[in-house]
Amino acid sequence: MSDQTATAAIDIRKTSKIYGRDRDTGVVALDQVSLAIADNEFFTLLGPSGCGKTTLLRLIAGFEQPTEGEILLFGEHLEGLPPYKRPVNTVFQHYALFPHMTVAENISFGLEMLNTPASEIADTVKEVLGLVQMETLADRKTDQLSGGQQQRVALARALAPKPKVLLLDEPLSALDFKLRKEMQVELKRLQNETGITFIFVTHDQEEALAMSDRVAVMRDGLILQVGNPNEIYDRPAKRFVADFIGDINILKGKLLSQDGAQATVKLEAGYEGNAGLPMDVTNLGGEVSIAIRPEQLSFVAEAGAADLSGSIQHISYFGSGFDYEIMLPGGETIMLQLQNRGAGKRAYSVGDQAHIAISENSLQILAD
Amino acid sequence: MSDLSTSNNQLSASVVAEEKRLLNTRLGLLAPGILTIFFVGIMPLSVVLIYSFLEPGDFGGVSWVVSFDAYVQLLFEEDIFDETLSFTTDYLEIFFRSVSLGLFTTIACLLVGFPTAYFIATQPPARRNAWLFLITIPFWTNLLIRTYAMLLILRDQGIINLGLIEIGLIDRPIPMLYTDFAVCLGLVYAYLPFMVLPIFASLEKLDFRLVEASYDLYATRFKVLKRIIVPLAKPGIAAGCILVMIPSLGAFITPALLGGGKSLMIGNLIELQFGQARNWPFGSAIALVLMVLVMLSLMAYLRYGQKKGVPGHG
Repeated sequence: MSDQTATAAIDIRKTSKIYGRDRDTGVVALDQVSLAIADNEFFTLLGPSGCGKTTLLRLIAGFEQPTEGEILLFGEHLEGLPPYKRPVNTVFQHYALFPHMTVAENISFGLEMLNTPASEIADTVKEVLGLVQMETLADRKTDQLSGGQQQRVALARALAPKPKVLLLDEPLSALDFKLRKEMQVELKRLQNETGITFIFVTHDQEEALAMSDRVAVMRDGLILQVGNPNEIYDRPAKRFVADFIGDINILKGKLLSQDGAQATVKLEAGYEGNAGLPMDVTNLGGEVSIAIRPEQLSFVAEAGAADLSGSIQHISYFGSGFDYEIMLPGGETIMLQLQNRGAGKRAYSVGDQAHIAISENSLQILAD
Repeated sequence: MSDLSTSNNQLSASVVAEEKRLLNTRLGLLAPGILTIFFVGIMPLSVVLIYSFLEPGDFGGVSWVVSFDAYVQLLFEEDIFDETLSFTTDYLEIFFRSVSLGLFTTIACLLVGFPTAYFIATQPPARRNAWLFLITIPFWTNLLIRTYAMLLILRDQGIINLGLIEIGLIDRPIPMLYTDFAVCLGLVYAYLPFMVLPIFASLEKLDFRLVEASYDLYATRFKVLKRIIVPLAKPGIAAGCILVMIPSLGAFITPALLGGGKSLMIGNLIELQFGQARNWPFGSAIALVLMVLVMLSLMAYLRYGQKKGVPGHG
């Protein structure tokens, strides 16, 4: 997916953004970030607010200039270019549609500014309106549109000038849950159909996993991990990444041996087994944090087949399944998630002693 | 309701009483507004309207004889000897000069006021009030005093001329005082805040994310101004132009002092009629004609504005 030999759509090299006079007295919004985003990729910058993801997007768009480092677009330096000279368009969080123009006028604005011939503008407007399924509303004023419709117009407006890279700044955050789900599918489809590189900023981990080819998890101006959604979810490198994405149990254990990216660990709660190992952990014999997803745990009937045992503290129902909170002998609690149709289904109740099996290859050592 | 009240039905009587009480309450609540409009708006205008159809009294005031002379006088000159009327453009010229000076003033105010308002609107909120405060400070001084100050600056021995002579740019003072330029400058100085404040109010509401969005869509700074900022600030620009144009048309202190009585404007003409000329009906007629012209042009603007879909206030 990420073709490193071809020229990257966006190549960010050791880029920092510091607000204020210098590193010590100012605010470091982005700290020596390097990142290559491939052509035709749906790339997501994921992180909590204040992590620097929007700053990075604004640096690419040209609204801000980097304090240090450089940004290349298909091999060409962007430094010093104002936003209106960059073949990059943005879908803004609050859409920023021009209120004194109709839908069609909004969409044709970018093309007019590029001095595109009128006939071509008309064709393109029609085309992108079709792309976002808004053909019938071309002559509406933007304040007569619903939130979802405004979102589509904002998309169409940014797509119309056929940018080399489309930047999306939390565009779905103002929509309600159902519409958000719809738009996720829609965005993915648009990216496939247009072949434009999408850089999507969000704080919603579900959104990131659902749509992206690759995800970069950010925190405090740093990129903590870059990978496809699978890697990010199953093999989080850092404690923060594991915590931020999905539910996860983090248990204490010892690193017994290591061999490349594989290691043997012993959990404090007793179990001994294999675990994935991120590169920067070299703490042989020492204490490590070990992560396991709640759905990688299951109940087994016999104590002999169990990896762990404990007593059930709390059960909560979430529709398609149950979360069980189980106290392990060492005093740690662990969450086990069971789908209603899952194997080993049995009615447990609070206070029951339960035997737990851990799926193969599901443990992951975390760096702090 | 009257049918009901004529019947002996007690209920209907109480309904009527209730209605009457409600009506009284409403009238009571509306009274301040109605009284203000009547005493401040309708009554003085009616006086002016009535006076314009009367004959001038011998020592000012009016004599109660109905006459259309005042209006005739605007366009025609009466021969003193044979009392025949001939067309005259004297007063039309004054109207024309006033309107063109008013337009110049408005345009100059717009050119100076828009950047000023934009500057203030883009300052951090805490500093905006300080700037607005500075804009309104001249209002604390009487217009007459301020106009005299302008006179001192512009006259041949004023600081501009003396300064230019001192640095050797000119040999003799440039005559600036008692020209249309001086009047225009004085009017701009007097009415600039009326342009700045409404434009500021518009620009303050402007969502600057729209400016960012248009930059992103390949608009240069000039295009952003032309296509986004000015159209969205239009209500403020229109209000500012109206607020500057109308008082400029009727101004009389500034043209009298800075124009030196050479360039008579409508305001001076009206003042003259109520003062030295002692022709109150003629003064009233000029004032009314001016008012009607202003009203017509405002209505034309509104109609044009609505057709073009200019967003209204609020």
